Amino acid sequence: MDLQPVNKFTSDSNGIPEGFSRTGSSGRSSEEYFLNMGPQHPSTHGVLRLVLRLDGESVLEVVPHLGYVHRGLEKVAEGQTYIQNIHLTDRLDYLSSHINNLGYCLAMEQALEIGIPERGEYIRVMVSELQRIQSHLLWWGVSGMDLGAVTTFLYGFKERELITDIFEELCGARLTMNFFRPGGSFADVTDTFIPKVKNVIEIMHKALAEYNTLLTGNIIFQERTKNIGILSKETALSYGCSGAVLRASGISYDVRKNDPYSIYERFDFDVPVGSIGDCFDRYSLKMKEMAQSVRILEQAVTHFPEGPYRSQQKAVYKLPKGSYYSQVETARGLLGTYIVAEGGAKPYRVKFRSPSFSNLNVLNELAVGHKIADVVTILATLDFVVPDLDR
Amino acid sequence: MNPLSTETLYPVQNGIGNMVRTLFPESAFYINTLITISCLLLLVSLLPVFLIWLERKVAARFQARLGPMRVGYHGLLQSSADGLKLIFKEILKPEGADTFVFFLAPVLPASATFLVMAILPFDHHLQVADPAGGVIYVIGISGLSVLGILLAGWASNNKYSLLGAMRSGAQMISFEISLVLIMLLIVMVTGTASLREIVLSQQGTVLDWWIFKLPGLGIIAFLMYMISSTAELNRAPFDISEAESELTGGFATEYSGISFAMFFFAEFVNMFVSAGIASTFFLGGFLAPQFGLAFIDPLLAFIPGFIWFFVKTFFVIFLYMWFRWTFPRLRVDQLMYLEWKMLLPANLVLLMLAGFFLAMGWIL
Repeated sequence: MDLQPVNKFTSDSNGIPEGFSRTGSSGRSSEEYFLNMGPQHPSTHGVLRLVLRLDGESVLEVVPHLGYVHRGLEKVAEGQTYIQNIHLTDRLDYLSSHINNLGYCLAMEQALEIGIPERGEYIRVMVSELQRIQSHLLWWGVSGMDLGAVTTFLYGFKERELITDIFEELCGARLTMNFFRPGGSFADVTDTFIPKVKNVIEIMHKALAEYNTLLTGNIIFQERTKNIGILSKETALSYGCSGAVLRASGISYDVRKNDPYSIYERFDFDVPVGSIGDCFDRYSLKMKEMAQSVRILEQAVTHFPEGPYRSQQKAVYKLPKGSYYSQVETARGLLGTYIVAEGGAKPYRVKFRSPSFSNLNVLNELAVGHKIADVVTILATLDFVVPDLDR
Repeated sequence: MNPLSTETLYPVQNGIGNMVRTLFPESAFYINTLITISCLLLLVSLLPVFLIWLERKVAARFQARLGPMRVGYHGLLQSSADGLKLIFKEILKPEGADTFVFFLAPVLPASATFLVMAILPFDHHLQVADPAGGVIYVIGISGLSVLGILLAGWASNNKYSLLGAMRSGAQMISFEISLVLIMLLIVMVTGTASLREIVLSQQGTVLDWWIFKLPGLGIIAFLMYMISSTAELNRAPFDISEAESELTGGFATEYSGISFAMFFFAEFVNMFVSAGIASTFFLGGFLAPQFGLAFIDPLLAFIPGFIWFFVKTFFVIFLYMWFRWTFPRLRVDQLMYLEWKMLLPANLVLLMLAGFFLAMGWIL
């Protein structure tokens, strides 16, 4: 029987797998080796594949390999009408599908100069913030599980379920919403919407305190996350990071604040900023963001107006010739939608600038010098969604 | 009587053993051995089934869900069904694995736990053997399970398994030191290394149990035992050798079917053994708790000792489960730091203090 291990890497003549910048030995006395992590691995959250260059347990270099769920969404979009394309944005970052829908609709509204009624704007903001909380809850549960605290997973899902139920009542879907349309949303909210949101607000106050007791305050958790994967301001900017990853490094940039869309400028909320940009900063920032989203919801609930939820809809949407760009703050960062139109019912080109892609690219900068377990911590706090990487 | 037999050294000292001896004086040794082995086998095969069910139920309660509910009353038969499924599963061997070692590895931890069970004092005379050096026997035999995990990781021809095995080796060997030192502390104050004698040294009220009897030190020693034994058992927050989110399955990555089940079974019986030793050393083993209250003490003493042993052991098991479903996992270097720079010096200080207390005659 052949006792040679099966070589799973495509290597060059030196036996170094593709993508590694440094070739040859690092001059250490111990033997280096390569470890394939993913695409089927519990903590790469989907089908991300990493190849690690290791010395014992210490990471020397990480090379991410993307493309395992590449569906060519941008190409598919060229063959469909503008309205049909809204559902494609659900499949980008499936945990922020409402916000993705919004970003695409904003670009269309910009092109067609469609106004949105007051109630429609409030629905958009509230649903977006509910989506942000929902996404952060899932992230919180899963990152706890990555660190070995399995109980957090169930706790996060317990509260997330309430929000998912609201979404199900709104649009019939629990994950891929396809809810917003140019000029508002495809349906009005039900009578139970506001009471249910009030219930979520009430529960989230208690739940956030509970989460902090369970995980944030835990000494093991703090030891595992503090001073791990420090991302400097300069690196964060040069890689084009956005969202919590950027803000944890000390740069206050939130699209909702710096380039307000919808009616975000009417709400009073803070943009939490971290100090040194380690895993704990990124973690606690997201926890604070949930509290801020609850704050926005509280204000929206008290001012929620009556009236139409959508402006006059058209039979066919035809964007005038030109290019249109809109950006929104998803749960992960800046999502840019760029549409090039030629005047027909279908776009000439659609390009999405996804936050996960830019955020993942700093992985190598963060992970080098740490242990394998820290790579998992860093992956958890970078908080990417693999379909958003591959598109 | 067979001069080479263990019967002369460790006779089965209970009603059944004596009955067999009077009925069949010639072959008593063989019959007694057969009876004890079958009793232990029964216990070893039933315990993990129950413990796995308990673990899943406890986890479910901590996580605000129900846990297994479908198979049997409240899912009681769930783990039997799972075990049956695993028996019928194909055992896969990875390409390039060392066949002999690969299949030997799961047997070692299982047999080690089985052997340690033999000297656990379940009741006054419900103990297969009570060697004078029982503590040393426990330490020696439980080392076998490290060997099993190391071999499993080495033979699997998988980098994840190897990393898991290396982590586990480093972890279990270092935590064994503090475990031994804590046991040494109790051996020092009791003056005996026989498990049954250690239990009998705690006769009296609850305050005579070693957890309370040593002024202040007992409770610290108990906590340190809990930390070290959790690490020794490879359970969360010290489950770095399995570390599902990092190493997928650690040493057990390549195991399937019954060979995986062997590791799993050994893990749970090991937990029982470890908890049993904790209750033997610190919680008065099979002794009924006495509070010095005339109206309740006779009632508690009326309950048989083995029930008390199981109650105490399951209390400690519950603590293990509580840890597992609450804490995040430590990193491998933090674990080593905890052992060598914190637990080990603390242990030595504790040992010295206990020696001082003993010399001053503050411990009876």
